[in-house]
Amino acid sequence: MNLIVSSSPHIHGKDSVPKIMLHVILALLPAAAASIYFFGIRALWVMLVSIVTAEVSEYLFLLLRKKDTSAALDGSAFVTGLLLALTLPPSINLSMVAIGAAVAIIIAKQVFGGFGANVFNPALVGRAFLQAAFPIPMTTWVPNRLLHVDATTVATPLGGFKFSHLLTAHKDLLLGNVSGSLGETSALLLLLGGLYLLVRRYIDWRIPVGILTSVFVFDGILWLFNSRKYPDPVFMLLAGGLMLGAWFMATDPVTSPVSPAGIWIYSIGIGFFVVLIRLFGGMPEGVMYSILIMNSFVPLLDKYLRQRMLGEKK
Amino acid sequence: MIELRMRRGVHPPEGKLSASSPIQEFPLPRQVIIPFSQHAGKPATPLVKKRQKVKTGEKIGEASGFISAPVHSSVTGTIKALETVLLPNGSSALAAIISVEGEDDWAEPTWPVKELSELTPDDLRKIAKEAGIVGLGGAVFPTSVKISPPKEYPIDSVIVNGAECEPYLTSDHRLMLEHTEEIFQAAQLLKMTVGAKRGYIAIEDNKRDAAEAFEKLAKGMPDWEVVLLKTRYPQGAEKSLIKVILGREVPVGGLPFHVGALVQNVGTLYAIYEAAANGIPLIKRVVTVTGEGVEKPSNFMTRIGTSAKELLTAAGAPLDEAAKIIFGGPMMGMAVKSPDIPVLKSTSGILVLTSAKKRKVFPCLYCGKCVYACPLKITTTRLVKYIQAGMWDQAKAFGLFNCMECGVCSYVCPANIPLVHWIRYGKFMVRMMEAKS
Repeated sequence: MNLIVSSSPHIHGKDSVPKIMLHVILALLPAAAASIYFFGIRALWVMLVSIVTAEVSEYLFLLLRKKDTSAALDGSAFVTGLLLALTLPPSINLSMVAIGAAVAIIIAKQVFGGFGANVFNPALVGRAFLQAAFPIPMTTWVPNRLLHVDATTVATPLGGFKFSHLLTAHKDLLLGNVSGSLGETSALLLLLGGLYLLVRRYIDWRIPVGILTSVFVFDGILWLFNSRKYPDPVFMLLAGGLMLGAWFMATDPVTSPVSPAGIWIYSIGIGFFVVLIRLFGGMPEGVMYSILIMNSFVPLLDKYLRQRMLGEKK
Repeated sequence: MIELRMRRGVHPPEGKLSASSPIQEFPLPRQVIIPFSQHAGKPATPLVKKRQKVKTGEKIGEASGFISAPVHSSVTGTIKALETVLLPNGSSALAAIISVEGEDDWAEPTWPVKELSELTPDDLRKIAKEAGIVGLGGAVFPTSVKISPPKEYPIDSVIVNGAECEPYLTSDHRLMLEHTEEIFQAAQLLKMTVGAKRGYIAIEDNKRDAAEAFEKLAKGMPDWEVVLLKTRYPQGAEKSLIKVILGREVPVGGLPFHVGALVQNVGTLYAIYEAAANGIPLIKRVVTVTGEGVEKPSNFMTRIGTSAKELLTAAGAPLDEAAKIIFGGPMMGMAVKSPDIPVLKSTSGILVLTSAKKRKVFPCLYCGKCVYACPLKITTTRLVKYIQAGMWDQAKAFGLFNCMECGVCSYVCPANIPLVHWIRYGKFMVRMMEAKS
């Protein structure tokens, strides 16, 4: 008889890292499929190049760091690749996509020590790099196939508001009859995916609730003050990358706080910066920078805001 | 009957395979091994020598301090040897090895046995002390100490703990069904002893039949309440029960009496009854023998010191295919190296697992599942990082010694990090360093 002696517990719950990643991918599928529907086969190529580059970079860097290369199969690099693709304009050059994905994995993740050790959301770092390196292709928006406009490029809803003061109808924002990056077009499908993760408890409800509520409230106050100058809060919620950011980017467990108090500060901070950048900044959209800024606070929030233990003095 | 639930913790598969097996008296073994250290605190001092004859119930080890307990011979026979044996937790301790010679010849109890209605609080404390009674829920803390709280902390509520939240185990469940009245009588004695005003009988809803049995007895008694709890682990831990039922938080580093509560496991209460009414010290207990491959999952009334192997064989456990043999339940039980280990006062069950998968460990992803499942609200993510980094002061500030090792954090961790094992390692390291300095 060869009995195994190990420390308790001797049973384990059903969750695992690869399983969580698989469900995040599943939750993103509706929005990913919609991007192909809206922007044609080109969208599929952007996603494939991004995912493959992310996976290859992950594998090569694990090899270089003499780490277990099977970690490349945990699904996290796949998620990063897919998320990055969903933040990119459909017309972007595929070599740029590859550069963005490599930066996301190598600079934002592996250099920090790999999975679990990164401070910033890798996909957003990849996107920030592309935005700085290729500002024109990153802000050139081809029309959505459903728009039937006779133009090669159009403005995004947020760009339209910022530069021409045009508001897009809520219904179009919800369903995706707008131009924009691959994944930010249909607020409804992103919401569905996000709710799926929420029901399966793979994301903390406080993060999307904190972000969306604070954007609604901060913008709502300004809108009540001057409804001609500031957009209505529903437009703010549905336009741009907010849904993608609030449900899929800010909820990345590695780069978000653990304690409830920390999460509220983090998510409300993101909402605050989104409103600030969108309405008072030089760019039409600010979700990416808002999340990256608040990512940098996470180690601090985790260190100083832990929950009170049972029976601990208040 | 009131219904309550714990908010944190987990709900693993219940696996109560032996719930419908009545308690069977396990036959007298040929030999018993009785360690002198079966309780929290100092080991008992041996009172017997090699080749000495002992009777059933005879005291063979005396309590060696305030927090200690005596041990008794569970059989009639001869002391074959006094030697060091392996305990389920991997440590070793001095034990009396007694070869059984025939049927029971009972020793006179070392405490007065009278009508239960005539017992005074001091009588009950003496009985608990002399009969070697310790908490049978798992902590094996001497009951006589527990029922003698400092005077400045009056106890207002007694909680009878029939939660049995560990998966697989059914020894408490069967006791509650088959000895409802005895347990209830002991509970009333306990309430009288500490002078509590209220009594609660806490049972999880996967044992509704036991709750109903108590409800019949407690009906019409305004100071007793049966509490049906939604099944959840580790609801039966003292601090969890007190929080759920009384809404009070036992202070960090404190004990239930600090908030006027006393929690006593139903198995312990049955042992108190046996000692008070029948003059029998703690020499036997109900042991659940179970597991997926076990032919007849059973509940045996077992003499302390009986080898686990005998119980496993009797229940038809697949010993050749066993990957793990666990003393206790799957969440907090101890995996043993060999089945030749005796049943102790703490042995609520013996669980056989036929598969034990090694799980790939990922880096922490800070998902916080451990933090939100922890019944004591410890920020496990950070505590374990501090332990891994050897930052002991920070680890202590983050609740290192507050952790009761229920295992919920390791259970939920999607990265398969053995969190509770790290915490045990941290406690060990800090204790070792403090002992050195």
